[in-house]
Amino acid sequence: MLKKRIVASLTVKNGMVVQSIGFNKYLPIGRVDISVEFLNKWGIDEIVLLDIDATNQNRNPNFNMVTEASKKSFVPLTVGGGIKNLEDIRKLIHFGADKISINKVALTSPKIIKEASEVFGNQCIVVSIDVRKNKNRYEVYSDNGKNPTGLNPVKWAKEAEKLGAGEILLNSIDRDGLKLGYDLSIIKRVANSVSIPVICAGGAGHPKHFLKVFMKTKAMAAAAGNFFHFTEHSPIVVKSYLLKNGADARLDTYADYKGINFIEESGRISKRQDNYLDRIRFEYILDEII
Amino acid sequence: MKNKILIIDYGVGNDQSVINVIDFLGYDFLVSNKKEDILKSSAYILPGVGAFNEAMKNLNSLGITELLKKQVLSNKKPIFGICLGFQVLADYSEENGFHEGLGFIKGGVVKLEAKRGLRVPHVGWNTLKIIKKDPLFSNIDKEPSFYFDHSYHLRCDNSYISAECFYGRDIAVAVQKDNIFGVQFHPEKSQNNGLKLFRSFFNYLNVKHA
Repeated sequence: MLKKRIVASLTVKNGMVVQSIGFNKYLPIGRVDISVEFLNKWGIDEIVLLDIDATNQNRNPNFNMVTEASKKSFVPLTVGGGIKNLEDIRKLIHFGADKISINKVALTSPKIIKEASEVFGNQCIVVSIDVRKNKNRYEVYSDNGKNPTGLNPVKWAKEAEKLGAGEILLNSIDRDGLKLGYDLSIIKRVANSVSIPVICAGGAGHPKHFLKVFMKTKAMAAAAGNFFHFTEHSPIVVKSYLLKNGADARLDTYADYKGINFIEESGRISKRQDNYLDRIRFEYILDEII
Repeated sequence: MKNKILIIDYGVGNDQSVINVIDFLGYDFLVSNKKEDILKSSAYILPGVGAFNEAMKNLNSLGITELLKKQVLSNKKPIFGICLGFQVLADYSEENGFHEGLGFIKGGVVKLEAKRGLRVPHVGWNTLKIIKKDPLFSNIDKEPSFYFDHSYHLRCDNSYISAECFYGRDIAVAVQKDNIFGVQFHPEKSQNNGLKLFRSFFNYLNVKHA
């Protein structure tokens, strides 16, 4: 069985991982390679690195950063930001990216999707779509949510698929950083209209949000940034919550929180009974030697 | 004799990801596409992300296709193909037209069918059904998860298959024929299971040279 993916989406600004709120407020988190190392240890399924000022500042992707991050990542690494042409893509893959994510360049010259998928295979090309809801209408925005494009997200996703995109990364600008849950309505519509996998992003703040999006839509992966930064062991907690509630996720780590209870309002795990904690107090677990 | 492991750099590989793993496990290796390095090395890793015809075009224009065939088929040097590097081991592929492969494994690469709601590419972590435990899967638990990312898959004789996974139907995702190994998934991106698989491959090389 193909499992649902839990993806960490790291927003990078000035070479630092930042917390992003509504695509316009940013708070520093820390170094890229350290974030990647932690997430990797916590059993994340995939990491997306989005360098949000590369395109704005009209500079190249930060190839060194990609290599440093890839050294710490034994899970797939998708890299986006500042990609202008096939040469950038070739270099990113060479420097350690497994997939690349394009947003602005796909909007301004859609034929890059076709060309890139012919050279690198469509499985390698992720088209990232930023969506904002105005009244009841959804619209694709470019330049980190600044400029409306007039495009309908469903139509644009279908067009990207036709051109050769391998996956769609659907970001909700309105939900970004709010921790209110994913925007199910647009995710449902996009995932129903394409036959490539859809990764949704924007709004996760509780393990139940992941469960909901997997139960109610055909999204194959759900991404979060802030939630993973600020909640300890969060990828494992999310996965055990999913497994407990009947969704399929990969759980390969020693800590699996099987049989644990969750605190409903925060989604965190509840404290074990004192006698259980006493019993495991001196338990020593060796690192697995590979 | 010490093993000389060569990562074949043919322009479509995610070399860095494979380098990271081998570095982590602590082996010496070389990254190259030169004929003399192919001659000198005792085992090959063929990574790959990309399209089949690009991969074969690059191998051919580097002029190393025939040399590689000789080293693997006559001199029996082990080769380990990953993802696209696994697909090029086959006779042919139907990706973007018909293209000839290296022909180490009898069979062809065909498109995954997007039917009954299956999404193509097949992206994500899927569970393996292991058919031949040795040597690649000797250290791995039953039904391990590995990371996949592909739109095409290999169709070959059952006797080569060492692992399958289910995606609409059973597909061959790992093969072995004597000194020839290949996996459709990405062990370099499959966390501990992937590291264990690489370790098993290197252990096999050491036994072979002991």
